[in-house]
Amino acid sequence: MTSTPANKTSAVESSRTWPLVDRIMLALCWIAGITACVIAFAIIAYMAYRGIQYLRPGLLIDRPNADFDQSKSGGFFDPLLGTIILTIMGTIIAVPVAVATAVWLTEYGRPFFLARAVESAVEMIAGTPSIVLAIFGLILFQNEIFAILSFRAEGGSVFGRSFFTAAAMMSLIALPLIVGSTREGLNAIPGHVREASYALGKSKWATIQRVLIPSVRPSIGTGTVLGMGRIAGDTAIVVVLLGASLQLQGYGSVPGLDILRGTGGTLTTYVFSNSPAGEGNAPQKAYAAAVVLLAIAIGLNLMVDWVARRDPMQKARAVGA
Amino acid sequence: MGKSREKQKEAAVNEETRVPEVATATFGPPPPIRRIVVEDEPTIVAPPPPGAVPPGAQANGAPAPGQGIGRLASALPPSEVIERMRTDELRLFYGDNEAVKGVSIPVRRGEVLALIGPSGCGKTTLLRSLNRLTELTPGARREGQIFLDGQDIDQIEVTQLRRRVSMVFQQPNPFPMSVFDNVAYALREGASRKPRKAALQEPVAEALTRAGLYGEVQENLGHPALRLSGGQQQRLCIARALAADPEVLLLDEPCSALDPKSTATIEELIVRLREEVAIVIVTHNLQQAHRVADKVAFMYLGDLVEYGDTEQVFGSPREERTVEYVSGAFG
Repeated sequence: MTSTPANKTSAVESSRTWPLVDRIMLALCWIAGITACVIAFAIIAYMAYRGIQYLRPGLLIDRPNADFDQSKSGGFFDPLLGTIILTIMGTIIAVPVAVATAVWLTEYGRPFFLARAVESAVEMIAGTPSIVLAIFGLILFQNEIFAILSFRAEGGSVFGRSFFTAAAMMSLIALPLIVGSTREGLNAIPGHVREASYALGKSKWATIQRVLIPSVRPSIGTGTVLGMGRIAGDTAIVVVLLGASLQLQGYGSVPGLDILRGTGGTLTTYVFSNSPAGEGNAPQKAYAAAVVLLAIAIGLNLMVDWVARRDPMQKARAVGA
Repeated sequence: MGKSREKQKEAAVNEETRVPEVATATFGPPPPIRRIVVEDEPTIVAPPPPGAVPPGAQANGAPAPGQGIGRLASALPPSEVIERMRTDELRLFYGDNEAVKGVSIPVRRGEVLALIGPSGCGKTTLLRSLNRLTELTPGARREGQIFLDGQDIDQIEVTQLRRRVSMVFQQPNPFPMSVFDNVAYALREGASRKPRKAALQEPVAEALTRAGLYGEVQENLGHPALRLSGGQQQRLCIARALAADPEVLLLDEPCSALDPKSTATIEELIVRLREEVAIVIVTHNLQQAHRVADKVAFMYLGDLVEYGDTEQVFGSPREERTVEYVSGAFG
């Protein structure tokens, strides 16, 4: 509701007096920003247009079948379930490890060389392509001692592919994001908050547990949700370590555990194998699955904003400023 | 054209540089610092500069309103005053830099001790050493002894010591939990959540009452503490510090982030609390020191320059440095 005085120069008018190069640069900045928006909206709009016309509620709850007749090949209930299971498992593994790493780095971080090594290790994991993680995981989990995590193929060798092994490697994809945001949150807590806790006769550990970690809960949440997005969107690890099968194929007799020890697929591999590039060749279903995957990703991103806004320390920082 | 301008500038610079010369001419070189013996009878070496120091008034800036600022309460009878802590030739170093240079000072229940002095004079360092918070600073080192009720504080387990010598900071810093839990946190052992809420209702309410906050928050004990106002947050921090029933309460410029009304509330609280706990307050606000303190210690560059009754330190300081500081010549 601010009214501009009539004689005030507007931004457009003042930019007319700029040198030509500056004006071209300004225009390029505008174009770059708008292009990013256009591309993002084009993806969403196109996927929504192509996907929603093929999306039927039945697709979400029907199990997929391998069939050339598309009316009989079912929906993508199994891949959807696979995405959910894998994301949750990967997160469950990643969060405690990542939070512990971040706490150690910010609150202890001694000896110095070890802290630097841990930092580099986290950065290296962040920079490793997921297909490399996947191949490494396969070699690792085909070892005898990890037989419990998957199952034995015919002939007795350890198969190495299961929800357990895929989730273990997926957790490495989420880990750097959670470490990063948790560290950022811890670094933003003023030193006098820690000292206030020590001054009440609290040990360092009590302070971490009761003051610092509760303070950075929104940061942990932000990193976690970002990590979940990355897990849900990854394809390479699913192909190599989960088998990328159409259905979830349990192994063993314990209900629940059998699925986790067995192979399966996720929405990403379902989209891949049903796209014209894959063997299923059912583009309509690929589009429908892709739009569901996109909806999950956008939903997770909205959650990041929502989680970050609920920061209890924000007000404290404003007061402290 | 350009040259004449430069000359003008030079002239202006000369004009400016002349001013400090005048100032040093008035006050002379800094007087030598001598170590003082706090229990000595005051030997007044410098009468108050005429009109410059109405008791407690800061001469730099606003004139003292009316008859100066009165003390909030008169001193307690000596029978009420008991020594709790004492530093003995306390020296504190940050690396090679000596921040506190051989200070011996008593801290007594029934008295509010104010540490005053310009920034960087070591008063906060001295305060933080009293519950060994200085040990958290890398490179900090201590010489000399500190006694709590006659016992060397190095002999006391550090978390026990800090429960007995509690501290409130410059910025209100409640923890991100409810009002109740903030106080209960101080009462519980370590990170434990026991004893349970029901058993702590009474001590939490008592601590909040002592900090003068209970009436305002009793309906909202479950609300997040960070939603309180700045002044309420600081009183919550005092309640938290009082919860474990400490013998000494350290206050590091507790009002500098607060508005005048909250400041007044907290100052009254400090004066009331001195009957129960020994209080040491670091403050930059000389009027505040005058209002709340019974004893004032003036520090300068790590030395304890002057220690004495508030009226004496402000009214008839013994040292020239003190005269200059309380009259606002520097700081």
